Amino acid sequence: MSNPILEVQGLSTTFHRGGVTLPALRDVSFNVGKGEVLGLVGESGSGKSVTLRSVLGLARRYGEVTGQVRWQGQDLTGLSEREMRHIRGREIAMIFQEPMTSLNPLLTVGRQLTETLKAHTDLNRRARKDRAIEMLDLVGIPAAASRLSDYPHQFSGGMRQRVMIAIALAVGPQLLLADEPTTALDVTIQAQILDLILKLSQDMDMGVILVTHDLGVVAQTCDRVAVMYAGRIVEQGAVRQVLKGPRHPYTVGLMQSVPEGVAPRTQLYSVPGTPPSLAALPQGCAFAPRCAFVSAACAAKRPELESVGEGRELACFHPVEALDGVASKAGAHPASSPHMTEESAA
Amino acid sequence: MSEVTVNSTPNAPKRMTRARLALAKPGFLLGCVIIGISTLLALFPQVFAPYDPNFIDYLAVRQPPSWAHPFGTDSLGRDAFSRVIHAYSVNMQMAVLATVFALVIGVVVGALVGYYRGIADMIFGRVVDAVITFPFLVLVIAVVAVLGPGLINMYIAITMVGWVYYARLMRAEVIAQMGNDYAAAGLVMGYSDRRIIFRHLLPNAITPVVIYWMTDMALAILLGSSLGYLGLGAQPPQAEWGVLIAEGRNFITTAWWLSLMPGIAIVLTGLGFSLIGDGLADLLRPRG
Repeated sequence: MSNPILEVQGLSTTFHRGGVTLPALRDVSFNVGKGEVLGLVGESGSGKSVTLRSVLGLARRYGEVTGQVRWQGQDLTGLSEREMRHIRGREIAMIFQEPMTSLNPLLTVGRQLTETLKAHTDLNRRARKDRAIEMLDLVGIPAAASRLSDYPHQFSGGMRQRVMIAIALAVGPQLLLADEPTTALDVTIQAQILDLILKLSQDMDMGVILVTHDLGVVAQTCDRVAVMYAGRIVEQGAVRQVLKGPRHPYTVGLMQSVPEGVAPRTQLYSVPGTPPSLAALPQGCAFAPRCAFVSAACAAKRPELESVGEGRELACFHPVEALDGVASKAGAHPASSPHMTEESAA
Repeated sequence: MSEVTVNSTPNAPKRMTRARLALAKPGFLLGCVIIGISTLLALFPQVFAPYDPNFIDYLAVRQPPSWAHPFGTDSLGRDAFSRVIHAYSVNMQMAVLATVFALVIGVVVGALVGYYRGIADMIFGRVVDAVITFPFLVLVIAVVAVLGPGLINMYIAITMVGWVYYARLMRAEVIAQMGNDYAAAGLVMGYSDRRIIFRHLLPNAITPVVIYWMTDMALAILLGSSLGYLGLGAQPPQAEWGVLIAEGRNFITTAWWLSLMPGIAIVLTGLGFSLIGDGLADLLRPRG
């Protein structure tokens, strides 16, 4: 983390839809180091994907983006569309959730692989083909050379995601944005794909931002994690520390929602309430209406994201203090967990 | 035409089975045979027609069908059969020229507004509403009335109105295709908009347009001969089915075959294109 390749400072994205202003992203700041894996977690609509799209300069087509995205010292938000095209795909690549639709069904896998190489490198036809085979081989597709002429529908979901990864990494980007890359795959395949991403990131010394709503995935793969809620980062830090001792009540709630070690036939825990509408965010802390620790201060003023030591940042007036046992205790009594956390905090 | 679309279907190994499937459809096969023969007649009418279509023979005026003149002769003694055959050149040309420019313009405009949306799309929506409110024929006649009668002006008029229908279809399909991640994937790979639109979205979105094109060619022949009949399209003495029907109109009680035969030619070619369109719709429909 000494030398971040990506520094995001105060990134805000606002969409305007039919007279309604939607602050999809507010004041988001984080860093990604070389070869580091950052997890971005949160509920649907919390701004995870918008963050990725804003970093790549795709969100500005549809909304207003302010703040800084410093990529290896250069501010990407100031670049023209043409300049951004040289960054996208070549230096920062992205893969998507739906491997079934993220490949063009009419072009062979080989054509789609060589297309990126053609767009971003000076390799000749033969070298492109060799590189394509090498990449398919690297992502673990058997008989790679013979599969270049196959069409996407001839691959299974997991294999297609491998192809997507091969395409994304063919040019050798230094940062991979992975937007829930395993959500649409079944569990056994999920682990394989995550292992693959992790291994490639280590081999290529490539940073990864992994968007997911699965804390298990975060625990397995990420170095650091940022928890998002209603367009803001509410807590971030090293995975080990955050997952061991979550301090934001929302992080605590998320962790309790992971059905682990729960006795059969007990009700699963879920954070009470639903996320607020972006069009009508509360004035204070966006999580306040759902929070067990809410006070008058929370509704009046929004807590800022501040450093709490050890490289951790937190945006909460009433951080959960018990650094161990919260999640496991709550897991044992899932139905009454909000009270449990309060007790363990006391 | 059909081969191109079959080639662009996603699965190469299935191409054979698809081709076989096509042949197994009697309607599609019949359509191909009709249009195949029509195309031959259009390209080489002099091979099939026994007489010069404009050769006037005052010794053989308004004769009933016979071995020498299968469809009889008209009031100037011209061979009606030869005139119907030679009309294939003009009418098949209509099917292509009255549609192909509308197709190209419509596909490009539709793909662009579907991709970029925004203000251009809103303006496009108004234009579509305005054009579609009027009956097609009325609008075309209005444009021809302004430009003056004749084949070229007729093509211009039909193109000016017809592209809207292609563009509307293309726009809707492009928007649907953009719901797939491969469009977004193209963006994050750093591809240009042009590359994404024309290399990735367009080939995936064009199937309904191609199917509509077949129907539209049938409509174009109908429209072209309607205008010819009204004196706004092809001009006499050019052999054109609408013109031929109009010429035979005065003798409908005594020499009804003069109008009937070109009418049958219109129905047959129209049927041919429709059958092909129908077959393509079946063949190209995505299957699981």
